[in-house]
Amino acid sequence: MLELRKDIFADERDDNLKEVGQPTQRQDILGHVTGTSAFYDDHRFSNLLHLKILRSPHAHARIRSIDDTAAARAPGVKRIIRAADVPVNLNTLLSLIQFGKDDEPSLATDIVRYKGEPILGIVATSERAARQALPLVRVSYDPLPAVFDVEEALKPGAPSVNATYPKNTFEYHDKYDHQKLRFGDVEAAFAQADVVIEDRYQMSPIEHAPTETNGSIAVPDTNGRFIVYTSTQALFFSLDTCAKINAMPSNQLHFIGGTVGGGFGGKVDTLTEPLVILAARLTGAPVRHRLSRHEEMQFGSPRGAERIYVKDGVMKDGRIVARQVRAYFDSGAYTRLSSYAVIKCAAHIPGPYTIPNVHADVFCVFTNRTPATAMRGFGVTALDFALECQMDKLAAAISMDPLEFRMLNAYRDGDMKAHRREAKNCALIECAQVAAEKANWPLREEFRRMSSRTGGAATHAGAVRSVTPAPAAPGTRTAAQQRIPYDRGITTGPTHSAPPPTPPRSAPPPPAPPPAGSTHGAPRFSSVFGTRRR
Amino acid sequence: MKTPIQFQLNGEDVATFADGGANLLDVLRESVGDLSVKGGCWQGTCGTCTVLIDGAPRLSCLTLAESCAGKSIETVAGLRHGPDLHPLQSAFMERFAAQCGYCTPGMLMAAKALLDRNPNPTRENVVEALAGNICRCTGYEPIIEAVLDAARGDSRRRA
Repeated sequence: MLELRKDIFADERDDNLKEVGQPTQRQDILGHVTGTSAFYDDHRFSNLLHLKILRSPHAHARIRSIDDTAAARAPGVKRIIRAADVPVNLNTLLSLIQFGKDDEPSLATDIVRYKGEPILGIVATSERAARQALPLVRVSYDPLPAVFDVEEALKPGAPSVNATYPKNTFEYHDKYDHQKLRFGDVEAAFAQADVVIEDRYQMSPIEHAPTETNGSIAVPDTNGRFIVYTSTQALFFSLDTCAKINAMPSNQLHFIGGTVGGGFGGKVDTLTEPLVILAARLTGAPVRHRLSRHEEMQFGSPRGAERIYVKDGVMKDGRIVARQVRAYFDSGAYTRLSSYAVIKCAAHIPGPYTIPNVHADVFCVFTNRTPATAMRGFGVTALDFALECQMDKLAAAISMDPLEFRMLNAYRDGDMKAHRREAKNCALIECAQVAAEKANWPLREEFRRMSSRTGGAATHAGAVRSVTPAPAAPGTRTAAQQRIPYDRGITTGPTHSAPPPTPPRSAPPPPAPPPAGSTHGAPRFSSVFGTRRR
Repeated sequence: MKTPIQFQLNGEDVATFADGGANLLDVLRESVGDLSVKGGCWQGTCGTCTVLIDGAPRLSCLTLAESCAGKSIETVAGLRHGPDLHPLQSAFMERFAAQCGYCTPGMLMAAKALLDRNPNPTRENVVEALAGNICRCTGYEPIIEAVLDAARGDSRRRA
């Protein structure tokens, strides 16, 4: 049964939630169960034309020539759309928020950079006619050396993938080739740690595979406007992207959508809309572009592959004293949203744990693979996989219960994060306590009584942060009931030669201590709900 | 070259023309205008386009339209009787057994085929009957529960 622990956030908001825990119905479910919900392809137009795209069979090649004369004469073909027809044939999605440089053409001009990259469009009276005309286009390629591995792509002499970013890395603030995080001194901490564990984690690209493939229909309307029915997850984002690529005012586009047959992040890239609008413009007829399942898999952007190296230093009493992360995001051939994923990743290091020495380098790397995009927590998910695998390994190495090990290191209110923000409204310890209870996972008494609200560094700077049991020798865990003072790394623990918690060398000073009078040190403030009740 | 075809769709006689080699999915959607049938993969792997042909669940994307001449075809569009929803539809609503809704028509038809031949299925029967239908929102548990609810007669409502 669902149980709500409202007490945990009781002083944080007016808890008038009425829906959680109660059965409810989706507002659109009657349409779903009667088959009347109108997805983008459930709109019908007379004289509908169909767009199919000729795609690159090479991961990296120079286009020497394109001969489409035979295709243009094929039965049912109404129009060939070439790169030169695209009004603004270079774009990057996040240019709408002034982030990143235009690096991706709608139709490739001189070079194709991944297998499946669009080269040319064929508009015909039926999907079959368009598909049958595709092999009539003769393209002559000079294959180029390709790179598929993020670390290979960063080596000197690696093939240059993306003309806008010739060094194969996204540029942050026009000069930095990666995102950095520096806090404390990891090298000194590693030197003094009882155990150091380093490992490599690799996640492959993951396809969203929505049951409805990406697609859209553009219909010419009066006064030069176009109505666009689309599967997009990002209606206005897509509208603005199309306005830019087609060099038309956005008020000439009317996007209709919102009923999406599964997205999960795979329908934010505006894959089909710009070219159906262009095709409708060039033919004066409604045009549909619907990805086949094969195209969805090959050309539809996946969650990007990530390679993550993690090195951790831990003391026998359970404190993690240093964490070093080197991570590579495989953006594929173009940026799309990976530049943003890298920022999310850097912001998530070192995980929900208070670690006094943190060092991270995160790269957004271009390779000759399908461009990656958003998918459910992208930037964070793979990192968490790596970090939590590390946590289990670290706990095992010092013979500690893996859940208690996490609770011991969990953020508490008032702790200073590696990003120099104070931890607030922490609840990992409480979540772990509830999870342990549900799973009948035995927690020792002091862990059952532990709280995120007490023992944070800001309130207890220089003081013993909390009391924890001594680490158990292997096989004697239940006997280890003696307690030692537990120190969070702000001062050296009395029984361990913990690494000196060196302050960040060139970092801004930590924020001022919280106002006196607070019962638990951290001022209770929530950015979502405003100042909390007391 | 188009071929004339006649069949029954949800109890009504239908006559239409199909392109040579056309599949039933395209004929239902494009020629007959029954948009309750959805296409997901057009290669027989996802189950989204499931319809009943003479009571048996079939993948309409892999069914040659001409082979359906004289047969009886059922789709979600014919599941409800006037204002009364089919118990499966009510159960799907009450059990939150749809998220994006795209796989739902196929799920409902696969479930109907099961209940029509086995009104008291076990959970294993339900899992087996839905094994060919993919839900990428991964809402399988509520769907299984909804089918069991419908079989028990726990759901009945009017739209």
